[in-house]
Amino acid sequence: MFKMVNLSFNAVSFLSVCVLYSVLYHRFDSQEARIQMPLAFLLWVTHNNAEMTTVDPPNIAMTSIMGNWPCNSAKKANTGHIGTKSIQSLIMVPEVSEYIVMAFCFLFNLLSAVKRLPEHIQVDDPAVVRKLAKKLERQQIPLRSDYGYKVSLFSHLHQYSRKAPLTQQISIPATVIHPSIVRLGLQYSQGIVAGSNARSVALLHAFKQVIQDYSTPPNEELARDLVNKLKPYISFLNQCRPLSASMGNAIKYIKKEISNIPSQYKEEEAKKKLLSCVDSYVNEKITLAAKGISKYAIDKISDGDVILVYGCSSLVNHILCEAFEKQRKFRVIVVDSRPRLEGREALRRLVNRGIRCTYVLISAVSYVLPEVSKVFLGAHALLANGYVMSRVGTSQIALVAKAYNVPVLVCCETYKFCERVQTDSFVSNELDDPDDLIVTRKGKTHLADWQSETSLGLLNLVYDVTPPDFVDLVITELGMIPCTSVPVVLRVKNVDQ
Amino acid sequence: MNKLVEYFRTQMSQDPDVASAVAAIRSLLEFLKRDQSETILGLRENLTKAIGRLQEADSSVAVSSGGELFLRFISLTSLENPDLSQCRNMMIERGELFLKKISLSRGKVAKLCHTFIKDGAKILTHSSSRVVLKVLESAAADKKRFTVYVTESQPDSAGKHMADKLRKLNIPVTIVLDAAVGYIMEKVDMVIVGAEGVVESGGIINKIGTYQMAVCSKAHNKPFYVVAESFKFVRLYPLNQQDVPHRFKYKADTLKTAEDLNQEHPIIDYTPPSLITLLFTDLGVLTPSAVSDELIKLYL
Repeated sequence: MFKMVNLSFNAVSFLSVCVLYSVLYHRFDSQEARIQMPLAFLLWVTHNNAEMTTVDPPNIAMTSIMGNWPCNSAKKANTGHIGTKSIQSLIMVPEVSEYIVMAFCFLFNLLSAVKRLPEHIQVDDPAVVRKLAKKLERQQIPLRSDYGYKVSLFSHLHQYSRKAPLTQQISIPATVIHPSIVRLGLQYSQGIVAGSNARSVALLHAFKQVIQDYSTPPNEELARDLVNKLKPYISFLNQCRPLSASMGNAIKYIKKEISNIPSQYKEEEAKKKLLSCVDSYVNEKITLAAKGISKYAIDKISDGDVILVYGCSSLVNHILCEAFEKQRKFRVIVVDSRPRLEGREALRRLVNRGIRCTYVLISAVSYVLPEVSKVFLGAHALLANGYVMSRVGTSQIALVAKAYNVPVLVCCETYKFCERVQTDSFVSNELDDPDDLIVTRKGKTHLADWQSETSLGLLNLVYDVTPPDFVDLVITELGMIPCTSVPVVLRVKNVDQ
Repeated sequence: MNKLVEYFRTQMSQDPDVASAVAAIRSLLEFLKRDQSETILGLRENLTKAIGRLQEADSSVAVSSGGELFLRFISLTSLENPDLSQCRNMMIERGELFLKKISLSRGKVAKLCHTFIKDGAKILTHSSSRVVLKVLESAAADKKRFTVYVTESQPDSAGKHMADKLRKLNIPVTIVLDAAVGYIMEKVDMVIVGAEGVVESGGIINKIGTYQMAVCSKAHNKPFYVVAESFKFVRLYPLNQQDVPHRFKYKADTLKTAEDLNQEHPIIDYTPPSLITLLFTDLGVLTPSAVSDELIKLYL
């Protein structure tokens, strides 16, 4: 009789766990977790049954399984032995403690397996692509398809075409997405709004518009509903052009501000507060930060300097214009590269101010460097291990400058500091339209039909990472720090918040 | 103000073993006690002026960094008290505490560093540094046997003073020419130098000739150790030798009298952090990249 009750109890709990397990299967990230859970439960069941027949093997097997958790294999050697001994002693003791221990390790495994690490883009993994497609379908955002042959080393990244405007490639549901977001997405995809500061500011302005036009539906709370409304917009913008690190930080800030709105606020008050938050973010982190950075940077510019800049960084241009207004005598060498030729914009801005400039392409950098006294570079993001992510070509310039012993200064606001860690430019990057590399010279377009050549691939990278050994100084609004101190600043910022 | 400078000079001459920054802080404390200003802002202004005057008298990096840290340390308490004399007493108390802390820092550094000196070691050092002397003293007291090579360190031949002091401690010492650093580097096991200032990048500012020694030790793969107290951490970030401000490079009287600074010889140089292995401070044993961490904690 007792046996039957026990068996039925076991059967019911076994079935419920099976159901639970199948539902949560996809949430488990590691193979370990997927195997451990049912094994642990099975052993629990057998242990219960074994109790009545006084056989001990399950105990030993169970302790060996328990030796496998926590999932971190580095700790296996230590905690396995200590943990199993104490757990063994607990197991010998009456049943209640056993159940408690069992439940505990079940829950622990559950929780540790479900915690997710941020994933890099994985376009060549069909499971991930399917998940993304399902998510976009749920949010009613159209999926943008990749274009052209991708070089195998970068096949895990998206590659979109810019020839046809976005509206012809996908049908954008006007009812789901706010018009200012649609406009922003089109501007991003065509490259009309480019540069990390410009993109972040445009994003925040569009979000201000969204907040102004927002009205809370009945039975909903503004704090939660607005955040949910923003999610499809962010997916849409991601489809138009992958989000930058600065945009990611701005979005995190806005979401935090929205969820911190106390529920007793009326809608008008809440909206006003949010709009002022966005304004103060732009003001503090971008405008005033630029002023602070130029103050420090101008100290580093002495009379008679020859400064080398690469591409078009809004911050570096601002610094040079300020220094020129403060009567510093220097001249600038602007280095440019195909296919974006952003250096021409920087050249235009500096020459309009009256600064003496020279213009070279990146292939001439080693020729021109012996006469350079300093190199000023902008940054797209600063990673947690001190690497600088910037426009492709930056790491090349830093390398050559290091070989010539020329100091390299990176200017970057703190809102671009990112908690990601990267040691190479492959794992996370952006692929631009490969057709941009096609050029017509003397009436002949050589690469016009590159797609028909099976062994030919065109690669148009957007970003690269520079190791901290090539960078001498990072100027932020908090002061001048060495490249290796980025995690310290991140830590101090987190404490402040 | 003049009395302040006099007091400072008497402090330096009375106790030749004291660090110049400690003497400066003692004089600043005296100045604080005798100050007559009516407001806290006036007090701070006077102190800043006093620090400026002391820097003119003795243009070393340590005085500037010590003075700034002193000012920060005493103002770190809440000065909300409306009674000025109460505030002043609190500041004086903090000042005495700061002075006591930094007087002990040299001993802490020596305790950390002397374990790195092994039996039979050959050590190269540059010019005359009281902290390095203390380190070698404690190593000798620990019954370790080692030999020391000291560079002559022109133009003031400070190396000879260092050699005399070491001979008194019965440590075998040899004086080498400044130009013989490359020659002697293959014989030595490690290089230990002091510092006049530790900059934000983790590099150091020290007597001229230190940079040369660091480059040679890097080429020979010998460890290059720096011993410095924490009050020498200064908020400077030189990119190269030219970027070090003139007020540190030349003596105070040279700055006032010289017509063309290009004809004058600088008395200090900057050693970048890539050449330094470890820094021994009273905050612990730090790698050059950790110095910025500590500076952020001290100043921000």
